[in-house]
Parts: sequence; C-alpha cells; structure tokens
Amino acid sequence: MKCDFCDTKASVFLTQLVEGQMKKVSLCETCAKERGVTDPTGFSLADLLLGGITGELGGLSGGQAAGTPGGTKTCPACGFTLEDLRRVRRFGCAECYTAFRDEISPMLRGMHKGASHVGKVPEGLMALQFKHQRLQDLRSRLEQAVASENYEEAAGIRDEIHTLLPS
Amino acid sequence: MMRFSTLIKNPADWMAGGQAEHGAVLTSRIRLARNLRRHPFPGWAKREQRTAALDLMRPSVESLAVMKDAFSQELSDLSSVQKQVLVERHLVSREHAARGEGSAVVIERRQSFSFMINEEDHLRMQAIRPGLQLSSAYEALTALDTELEATLEFAFDPSLGYLTTCPTNLGTGLRASVMLHLPGLVLSDQIGQVLQAVGKIGLAVRGLYGEGTESLGHLYQISNQSSLGESEETIIRRLERVIGQVAQHEQNAREKLLEDDPEMVADKIGRAYGVLRHAHIIDSKEALNHLSLLRLGGSLGLFPADTIVLCDTLLMDIQPAHLQLHAVRKLSPEERDAIRAQIVRDRLQYLNSSDNSTPSADAPPADPDSANPPDEP
Repeated sequence: MKCDFCDTKASVFLTQLVEGQMKKVSLCETCAKERGVTDPTGFSLADLLLGGITGELGGLSGGQAAGTPGGTKTCPACGFTLEDLRRVRRFGCAECYTAFRDEISPMLRGMHKGASHVGKVPEGLMALQFKHQRLQDLRSRLEQAVASENYEEAAGIRDEIHTLLPS
Repeated sequence: MMRFSTLIKNPADWMAGGQAEHGAVLTSRIRLARNLRRHPFPGWAKREQRTAALDLMRPSVESLAVMKDAFSQELSDLSSVQKQVLVERHLVSREHAARGEGSAVVIERRQSFSFMINEEDHLRMQAIRPGLQLSSAYEALTALDTELEATLEFAFDPSLGYLTTCPTNLGTGLRASVMLHLPGLVLSDQIGQVLQAVGKIGLAVRGLYGEGTESLGHLYQISNQSSLGESEETIIRRLERVIGQVAQHEQNAREKLLEDDPEMVADKIGRAYGVLRHAHIIDSKEALNHLSLLRLGGSLGLFPADTIVLCDTLLMDIQPAHLQLHAVRKLSPEERDAIRAQIVRDRLQYLNSSDNSTPSADAPPADPDSANPPDEP
C-alpha cells in the first residue's frame, strides 16, 4: 500500500473514529514523522484530518461536516466559523461550543479522560440565574401594579427590586 | 496600589520555605481558567470588547479580600523587563507577557495568587505554594473563584463544564503542576525511566526552562493534561500520589548514590560550590546546574539546611530580566554573566559551610572552608 501523502511504500497505518466515522490513513515513515504521527505524545488522527493539511488528504475529510466554501458553519453569537476553528483549534466565544457541538465531540475524546464534566459547578451562576428570574418576575408585577394604579404595592415591589440590584 | 518595585523587592512567599518534607518538591501551582458568558474570548474579541471585559473583571478581582493592596497593572503599562521578571517568577505566562492594552494582571502582595485578565481565556487565576500543597492551593483558589461568581457570570455548560478558549482546558479548567528538583535521578541515570512512566499515565512533564526532557538545573514540572471527565479532587489526588512516588524515587536514588560513592557525590557538590563561590563570569546554564548540585548538598546535609532556600532564591535572581532589573539598565550577555557571577559570589559568602564535610567516615576531613582566600598575614 502507498503512502497517502507521497508515492513511497506506507508503513504506518492509522485507524480512528473521526466525527463518528471510521477513518484510515496510511503513511510512509518520513511523512508520519513529519506529521507527528509517531510522536508518542502526539496528536490524534482528528488533528491530522481536521488540521491544516486536510486539503492534501482530499476525499478523506470530505464527509458530512466539511466546511466547504459557501456552506461554512458560523457561530451566531460571535461570527466565528468552522474554518476558523479548524485553523486555530480555539473557539471564539462560549456560544461556539453549542454552534459547533457536533464537530467538537470527536475532537474532545482523544484529549481528555472523559467526555462530560465532573466536578465544580458554579453556585454563583445558579444564584445569578435565580436572581435574573426573580427580577423579571418583580418587574412584570411592578408593571401590573402601576397599570392597576396600585401604587402602594408598586412602591413595595420597587424597593424589593432595589435590594436585588447591585449598589 | 502596590508598586512594581515593592512587589518584586521581596522573594515570593513560596520561594522561601519549600524544603518542608521533601527537598525534591519546590512548588505546587494550581491554575483555573474561566471565561465570561456573554463576551467573545480575548483572542477573538475586538479591541473595545476586550476592554469592556477587562473593565468588568478587573474591579471584581481587585475587590477580593485577598487582593487588598495588591499589584494591579495593565500589561501596556509595564516595561518589557518588568514583564519578563513576572514571567521568570511564574506570575505571568509567556503568552500573557506578550500582550498589551486590554490585558492586565493582578498579583497578591505576597505573590501567592496571580490573576491574569484577558490571557488566552478571560481569566486565568493561579495559586502557588511551597512544597507539595496542591490540595490546599486548590482549596484557596476555588474559594476565590466562588467569590468571583457572585459578580461575574462565567461560561459554563452542564455537560462540558467551564468553557475555555482552547478545548484542552475544558471541564474543570484546572491545571495542577508541581516543580521538582531531581538531581539524584539524573545522576543515577534513572530520570528517563521515571519520566516515561509519568508520561504513560497521562501527565505532562516539562523542563523548567525550555521544553523537552533536557532540563536545566535538574528541574522538572509535572502537570495534568486532561481537565474534562474527572473532578478537581480526582485530578489533584492522582497528581499528588504520583509526585509522592517520584519524590520517593528521588530520595532512594540520593541514598543509593551516597552509599555507593560518597566521595563522588561530595566531590561534585564541592566543585559546584567552588565554581559558584569563585567564578567571575558564569552563564545561566552553568550557574543553574551548579546551583542544583549545591541545593542537593543542602538536602544531603553537606551544607546547612538554609542552602536550599538560598539556592531557590538565587535561581530566580540570576535570570536575565532579574539581572537587568537589578542593574537598572539593559545588559549585554557578557555583562549579564559577570553580574550573575558577582551576585552568586556575594550571596554564597553568607553560607556557613564550615561543616562541609564528606559524608563518609573514612574520608579525610574537608578543609574548613575559608570564605576568604588564605592570604592572611
């Protein structure tokens, strides 16, 4: 079998699940070394396929999620594209993780001990969300109270809103 | 607000007092990565967005009780030497030092906590402690993180955990790392084996100065790589267990060396001391390697125990930016080597090495080391 990158005889064969599909790559020793495949601390096949050399591999990466020109996925919150993600291997904002969830899950598997979070959960976040909810409730009650000219109740609600807002 | 000169004047708390149980463990560091929920990550944010995020985070960080009278600066207000000094002290990352406007650092006055704002992530907070103290460093830092959560809304996903710019930090956002001094394993040629074993269980090993296993001063950093899928406690417990084992191997190697060839050990250490004590030109590499041996001498009882702290402090003070700061001007490499040698000579003067004897009973007693050359009348 020949190397996927040059015509030399391949001696390194990789099979891995990438984006939920079985992918195979054959490389000669030189190309394998160049691409860090033989490096024990090295990268997963996903890196090889999703990385800057996708073009060379041609058909290999042409699967469903390919960010081909014209149809590039974009994060609605920050405008970061799938192309950007593949190029810099970083995200643009927190929302990107939702926008590109399908693409990143295989990439995460080789990287960490697990695929989902175990550990600290921000209490503050929960408290904040609760507070936002409470403020919304109070504000709509305030509106109602004002609309029904119930000013005494409105004043009480207003005071309560003030205690929730940062000074 | 604390001034740079005041901050740097004293060695960090964690630099003095690392000799506790293991001479092999210098410091423990915990880093947590956090991002704001509704702001683009620093690397992707436009300038105004980055500034807006900074203006939101900085007051929150500064108002932490522990940050009373802290050092707080925007990176653009620091000179390149000042930034480099902070890098050499591990208070700021190399990447962060390259940043300017829109990025800041807030450092606790005793240098035990350092918060980088708009690094790769919005917030990179760090706690450093002497010796093997990962758990207590984590406890302290997570408490500050929780305090910040009251005013900052961090990006968090129930299944992916804390969301970070780079997916390698997802989940806990935790990087726990320990700095080790392993001359015994290096001298007995066991270091490769030990580090390979550490690598196999998914921990990263780095030399202190420069990547790879070729390390200066026999200093190594071991840290977790995976941050997702395991709790903070699990990650830290595993690391502490491994570090305990490595430290034990180091201890065994030292004992074996002393048993097998006490004169060779004493000779190496004595020569290192001789060079450091009398050299007038010394480059960083040579100095680090000799200081490493002298530090070993401190642990083995060939030199007084305070040698270890002296070496750890010198390790920092002979770095290029520290030298330039000390000299208050830009130095050529040749000038640096001369000033470095001078600082080392001066400091070693105070080392009371009168009990610098060979560890072997049948060896001739070492010279009662004369701090001054024997040219008295």
